[in-house]
Amino acid sequence: MNSRSADFIFKYGSLLVIGIVIIFFSIWDKHFFTYDNLASILRAISITAFVAIGVTFSLSVDGFDLSVGSTVSIVIAFSTALMVWYQMPLAVVIIGSLLLGAAVGLVNSLLIVRVRIPDLLATLAMMYIVSGIQQIFTKGNSIYSNMIMPDGSTAPGTIPSSFLWLGQGELLGIPVPVVLMAVAFVAVFIFFKYTRIGRQMEMTGGNEEAARLSGVRVKRIRTAAYVLSGLFAAIGGLLFAARTGSGQSGAGAPILMEAVAAVFVGYSVLGKGRPNIVGTFFGAVLIGVLLNGLTMMNVPYYSNDFIKGAVLVLALAITFIHLNRKRA
Amino acid sequence: MSQPSMLCMSGICKSFSGVPALKDAGLEVAGGEVHALLGANGAGKSTLIKILSGAYGADSGSVEIDGGPVVLGGPAEAKALGIHCVYQEVDTAIVPALSTAENILLDRHAANGAGRWVNWKAMAEEAGAALQRLGVELPLHKPAGELSLAEKQLVLIARLLTERARFVILDEPTAPLSLEEAERLFRVIEGLKASGIGIIFITHRLPEVFRVSDRITVMRDGMRVLTADKRDLTPEGVVEAMLGRKFEEEYPKLEADIGEVVLDVNGLRSGSRVKDVSLKVRSGEIVAVVGLVGAGKTELSRALFGADSVDGGTIRAGGRPLRLNQPADAVAAGIALVPEERRRQGIVASDSVLRNLSLPSLKRWTRLGFLTGRKEEESASGLISSLGIKTAGFQQIIATLSGGNQQKVSIGKWIPTEASVYLFDEPTKGVDIGAKSDIFRVIGNLAAQGKAILYLTCEFQEAVGIADRILVMYDGAIVKEFPRGQASLEELLIEASGGRGGTA
Repeated sequence: MNSRSADFIFKYGSLLVIGIVIIFFSIWDKHFFTYDNLASILRAISITAFVAIGVTFSLSVDGFDLSVGSTVSIVIAFSTALMVWYQMPLAVVIIGSLLLGAAVGLVNSLLIVRVRIPDLLATLAMMYIVSGIQQIFTKGNSIYSNMIMPDGSTAPGTIPSSFLWLGQGELLGIPVPVVLMAVAFVAVFIFFKYTRIGRQMEMTGGNEEAARLSGVRVKRIRTAAYVLSGLFAAIGGLLFAARTGSGQSGAGAPILMEAVAAVFVGYSVLGKGRPNIVGTFFGAVLIGVLLNGLTMMNVPYYSNDFIKGAVLVLALAITFIHLNRKRA
Repeated sequence: MSQPSMLCMSGICKSFSGVPALKDAGLEVAGGEVHALLGANGAGKSTLIKILSGAYGADSGSVEIDGGPVVLGGPAEAKALGIHCVYQEVDTAIVPALSTAENILLDRHAANGAGRWVNWKAMAEEAGAALQRLGVELPLHKPAGELSLAEKQLVLIARLLTERARFVILDEPTAPLSLEEAERLFRVIEGLKASGIGIIFITHRLPEVFRVSDRITVMRDGMRVLTADKRDLTPEGVVEAMLGRKFEEEYPKLEADIGEVVLDVNGLRSGSRVKDVSLKVRSGEIVAVVGLVGAGKTELSRALFGADSVDGGTIRAGGRPLRLNQPADAVAAGIALVPEERRRQGIVASDSVLRNLSLPSLKRWTRLGFLTGRKEEESASGLISSLGIKTAGFQQIIATLSGGNQQKVSIGKWIPTEASVYLFDEPTKGVDIGAKSDIFRVIGNLAAQGKAILYLTCEFQEAVGIADRILVMYDGAIVKEFPRGQASLEELLIEASGGRGGTA
């Protein structure tokens, strides 16, 4: 393969794959390319997308956050418990959940930036700690409106429709989570392209020592990235709870892999070779389309892990072959 | 040992991608002799040593031991012939988790020559015997990682004793040592010599050379220029041989008005390499700090920039005392650093020229947290043309630029910050001649604009050419000051090597 065609494949390959996959499914099943189905794909993507945005932040400073799936789980449990067990108003539920996500990110950053535990190990431990707290908190039960408590009584609260609207409602015919996702992608795009902190995050990720010696307060910048990672995972958790209307225990775990795969597919979009928010969006789309389409083809749900893993390893292979070639 | 052994290298040539590093180089060492190998940076000492220890193959030339030709196919073959090398980076040869005794006998165990089972008692005895021959005591069962650097060095020397070494290369062994540690090492060297081992001793410190060696060989430009008995040489003669004919470079020195003291450093201590540094730099003044590798120049620049912690002393910039916890504090106080390791520390190689140039001055291009792209780009374009950065445009990835142009970015990025103090750490390292004079021009311009400039270098010629004052750094302290025009290269080299009367 000559280098020009290799560059072309790296730059546009993932977009081509997305296109081919969509065309393939559209031909396979005429219900695929309908407004309802596309809206439902985007709705399904939106949760993964928020978590993937979080992963994009941590990867942009050359860090990694494995705890985002657990953060989704704990926010699902926390938010639904606030409503069902304690009948808290919606504002408290949302603000509390966001603070919880940010707090997880803050603990991560303390372990990584101050204690200097390698990021993968620190967030691996945090993945278990956060998920463990969630299970202890809910005693392993799912939370739903007027649920039966372990002592036999009935929980006082319900999950209000105003909360469910976040996950299930529509705005001008567009699903609310899709609107939120679009807003988030635009905002984060602006953040990375036009704000000083966003620029400093990318430069820190490019060469932390050089950034530090250029006067960037890299510890602060890396802390901010992990806090944002936790915050966006929390938004993903809120949307998940609002979409299902209940708090399943450990529901966030599979989202980690989807989000990471989305971000690494994004590495290769337009040949960036590093985390970028546009790529993350297309990565999330690819994962969503694949999972939706394969379900339509009656590929059983239990093969989803295999598919996500295969997509991730493919995206990684393309990215690293390209990066190593560039370095050589 | 009936007759002394003899190692003889002659006619050695070696090129790296067409650039000759050694041209007809040679060296002889006899058993029971200490032979000092000297030369300025880039003279070819380390290449010659690497050929002798089997790390590189020579393009041509011959190596003979006791009159018979030998082939040095690799480090293992060199060791089998009794040629051992103790490199400066002792940590690369020590397994920190293993005990001192295990480390002393490491090569044997690695080669599986000791059988299948480990006889702990015999091992401790043998290691102990080797240390005894050196006349030193080390805790045999302590993990080697807990030993001091000097002790690790002794472990490596003890190791080569157990390997029946006949010729030993010591590559700048005293550079990281204290005076007492160096003294102990010299006694060890005397012992090795007495047992008939031939020693090649590489150092930058002249007093040591005259203290321990029997013969001296000086290399320059990949060739041997001098081999003589120590008694027939003087330090001045050796330095002259190292420098050779004088080669004057062009230094575009601008006239600058020298004003108030801007940077005032008093009794600065930092880590183990900066022991006591006091200096002043005035606005418009270029002060060079010269010293050999290991003198503590880089560490000094990092301490002044808040990149390493300051353990004592004061730093004042513009009259205000500074507390530097991180580089951002130094930048805020108007201090700029152009670091030595350009690719690792000076630039974000994977990013564009534009974003590298604006990184330290992002605040200037920001309104309410948002970047105003146009001003940032105008500033970058201005810098590219005023510094003569050869690039296709400011969006080009900086990794694709030449070293000299990368360095111009590493310097130029500070100009928009309007820093008042510039620290340059070996700014011409790995830079071609053309870009070099561009860099001198930029530095001269900064001085003319009233910046205070501290120029740290081991290229004495550059210091003589560019500086208003030259400070000589040796072993973590400023030992000598020369005003402009008062310092000769010979004097600088002598002072930087520990002076005439020093006992270092």
